[in-house]
Amino acid sequence: MPEEVVGKFEITMLKVLDVDGNCDETLKPRLSDEVIKKLFELMILSRTFDDIAVKLQREGRIGTYAPGRGQEATQVASAYALNDSDWFFPAFRENAVYITKNFPLEMLYEYWGGDERGEKIPDDFNAFTVAIPVGTQIPHAVGFAWACKFKGDKRAVLVYFGDGATSRGDFHEGLNFAGVFKLPVVFLCQNNQWAISLPDKRQTASKTLAQKAIAYGFEGKQVDGNDVFSVYKAVKEALDKARSGDGPTLIECVTYRMGNHTTSDDASRYRTKEEIEEWAKRDPIDRLRKYMKRAGLWNEEYEKRITVEAMEKVQKAVEKAESVQKPEVKDLFEWTYSDVPQRLREQQEELNLSLKERE
Amino acid sequence: MVQLTIVQAVKFALEQEMERDSDVLVLGEDVGINGGVFRATEGLFEKFGDNRVVDTPLSETGIVGAAIGLALYGLRPVAEIQFDGFLYSAFDQLISHAGRIRNRSRGRFHVPLVIRVPYGGGIRAPEHHSDSPESYLVHTPGIKVVTPSTPYDTKGLLISAIRDPDPVIFLEPKRIYRAIREDVPEEDYVVPLGEAKTIRAGNDVTLISWGAMVRQAMAAAEKLKGKIDVEVIDLRSLSPIDVETVTKSVAKTGRVVTVHEAPRTCGLGAEITALINERVFLSLKAPVERVTGFDVPFPLYKLEDYYLPSINRIIKGIEKVASF
Ligand SMILES: Cc1ncc(C[n+]2csc(CCOP(=O)(O)OP(=O)(O)O)c2C)c(N)n1
Ligand SMILES: [Mg+2]
Repeated sequence: MPEEVVGKFEITMLKVLDVDGNCDETLKPRLSDEVIKKLFELMILSRTFDDIAVKLQREGRIGTYAPGRGQEATQVASAYALNDSDWFFPAFRENAVYITKNFPLEMLYEYWGGDERGEKIPDDFNAFTVAIPVGTQIPHAVGFAWACKFKGDKRAVLVYFGDGATSRGDFHEGLNFAGVFKLPVVFLCQNNQWAISLPDKRQTASKTLAQKAIAYGFEGKQVDGNDVFSVYKAVKEALDKARSGDGPTLIECVTYRMGNHTTSDDASRYRTKEEIEEWAKRDPIDRLRKYMKRAGLWNEEYEKRITVEAMEKVQKAVEKAESVQKPEVKDLFEWTYSDVPQRLREQQEELNLSLKERE
Repeated sequence: MVQLTIVQAVKFALEQEMERDSDVLVLGEDVGINGGVFRATEGLFEKFGDNRVVDTPLSETGIVGAAIGLALYGLRPVAEIQFDGFLYSAFDQLISHAGRIRNRSRGRFHVPLVIRVPYGGGIRAPEHHSDSPESYLVHTPGIKVVTPSTPYDTKGLLISAIRDPDPVIFLEPKRIYRAIREDVPEEDYVVPLGEAKTIRAGNDVTLISWGAMVRQAMAAAEKLKGKIDVEVIDLRSLSPIDVETVTKSVAKTGRVVTVHEAPRTCGLGAEITALINERVFLSLKAPVERVTGFDVPFPLYKLEDYYLPSINRIIKGIEKVASF
C-alpha cells in the first residue's frame, strides 16, 4: 500500500493596499470615505498618544512603557471591526485598540503611570485588562467565548497577542480548546517580527504563524498588518464567522515593531538600521495617507487639523492623569477579596499606624 | 580583586564556570545577543557562541523542562527566567519533576540545573515584575533556593549552585543589582549553599532577612545603634536553611524579627518562627515578629512603597520585640 496524502494545506496572505497606496478594488472592504478618514485619525491619535507616552517615561512621569509605533493599522482596523456586543482581550501593547474603542486616554496614562485605577475598565466597555505574562490571556478569551456560546449570545471575542506568545503552552492549549469546542473567538497574532531580541524566524521553525491554526482544525491566514483594509476585511469576516457559529480563526497580521520593545529596551543591540529603514517604508500611516491623497480624501490642512486635535486630546489626558490624587493606603488592601479578611484589615491598620508615626 | 556590582558578579561567575567546565551552558529569553534584559549574560554570547549561550523561544515551561533534560544527560544548564512573575508557568516542571527526579529514581537520575530569577520589587516595574516567590519554592522538596545580597556572595553562591548536584533556584535581588560595588576575588571560590552569614553582631535582637531586604535591615539596625544592639543575619540560603546560625543567635538575644518582601501568610518568616519555637523556645523573651509585604498582590508602583517593608516598619518591629 502506498502512502497516501491525507491532508494538504495552504496559507494565504491578504494584501489590499500596497506600499505605494495602490488599492486592489476587488478586495477592498466596503468602507465609506468617512470611515476611512476615521481610521486615519485614530491612527494619528494612537501614534500621538504613543509618542507622548515614550516622552513621559523619559521624563520619569510614567513607568516602563511598551510602544505600539508601527502596529497602528493592525490595532486600529481590527478594533474597528468589532461590533458593540463583541469583546476584546489585549496583551500589553494594545493601546491603539483601547483608543479605537474610545477608552478614556487618561486612564491609559494612569495605568502606565503605575496606578491600578487606570485599569478599572468602565462597565460599558467590552474589554478585559492588560495581560503582562505573555500569552496568558489566550485561554481566558477562549473561556469567555465558550460562555458566549453557552449562553447563546451572539458575540465574538477578539484576542490579541504577539509572535512570541505562539511559543507558549497557553497559546496551543487555547487554540486547541477553541477548535474542539468550535468557539466564537478570533485569535489575532501581531507578528511584529520581534519578541524583544528574538526574531520571529528564531521563535518557530514554521514558515508562518498562521499555519499553526491548521493543527487545531480551523482556518489560519496571514494579512498585511500594515494595511488597514486588509486587516479590517480579514478581522471583520472572522468576527462575522464566529458570531454565526462557524468557529474560530487565527489571523497573523504581519507588521513591525518600529520602536524599542519597551522604554527599558535598546533595540539597536540586536537589529540593524537597514531593517528599520526597510520597514519604515511600509509605515501603515504613510500608506493610508498615500491612498487617501489619491482618493481625494486628504490634504495638508486636514492633516494639520487632525494632528493638532490629536495632540490636544493627548495633552488633556496627560493633565487629567497627572491631576489624579496618589492612591491611598486603602487602595492597596481593598481589592484582593470580595470582603477584606480580618487579618488583612489588621495589616492595613499596622501600615497606617507606621505611616502616622513617621509624620 | 575586581570591583563588581551584583549583576556583574553574576556574569563573572557564569563566565568563569563556562571556562572551567564545557558542559555549562546558558539558556533563556534574550540571554544571547541582547545579553539578558538586565545584562547579566552580557558578552557571553560573543565569547562562547550560540551553542552555549542560547536564546530560546518564549516558553518558560520549555526552558525549565528542557533544562531538566539537558541536566539528565549530564550537562550543567543555567537557565534564566526573565522575571519572578514568569516563573510560575514552569512550576509543573519544577515541582512535579525537578524536585522529585532524584527521589523517584532512587538516585539513578538527578538534575544539576540552576534557574536564575531576578526577583523582588522596588524598581517601578509593571505588574508581575516584582514578586518574591521564595516560599513556593522553599516549600517544594528537592530543590534548593539561594539569594545573595552582595557581589561577593553572588559569585560564590552562583558557582556553588552550578556545581551542586541538585536543582538550585538562584534568586537575584534585582532592586540592588547595581546598588553596591565591592571587591570580588578574580580567582575561583565558593560560598557554600546552606550557610547563613551574620553580617552585624549584636546582643539584644536578631534580625533575619535576605535579598534586597538585607540592606533595609542593616539600615534599621544602624539607626538603632546605641539604643538597641541588633544582630543581623543574611540568610542567603533559603533552602536548606542554616538552622545553627539562626538558633545560636536567638539563644543569645532571645528576641527575633524576620523581614521579607513576600506576603506575610506562609511566608518564610513563618517557617523561621516555627523553627525557633521548636529549637530555642525557652530562650525567647518575646514572640517572634514578622515585618513583611502584605497579603495582597504586589501593587503597581504608585503603591509599592506602601507595600515594601520600610526601614521605619523594621524599626518598629525591632522596638516591639525589644520592649516586650
Ligand atoms: C511569560 C512571560 N515571559 C516573559 C515575559 C517578558 N517579555 C515581555 S514581552 C516579551 C516578548 C513578547 O513578544 P511578543 O509576544 O512577540 O509580543 P511583542 O512584545 O512583540 O508585542 C517578553 C519575553 C513576559 N512578559 N511573560
Ligand atoms: Mg512580537
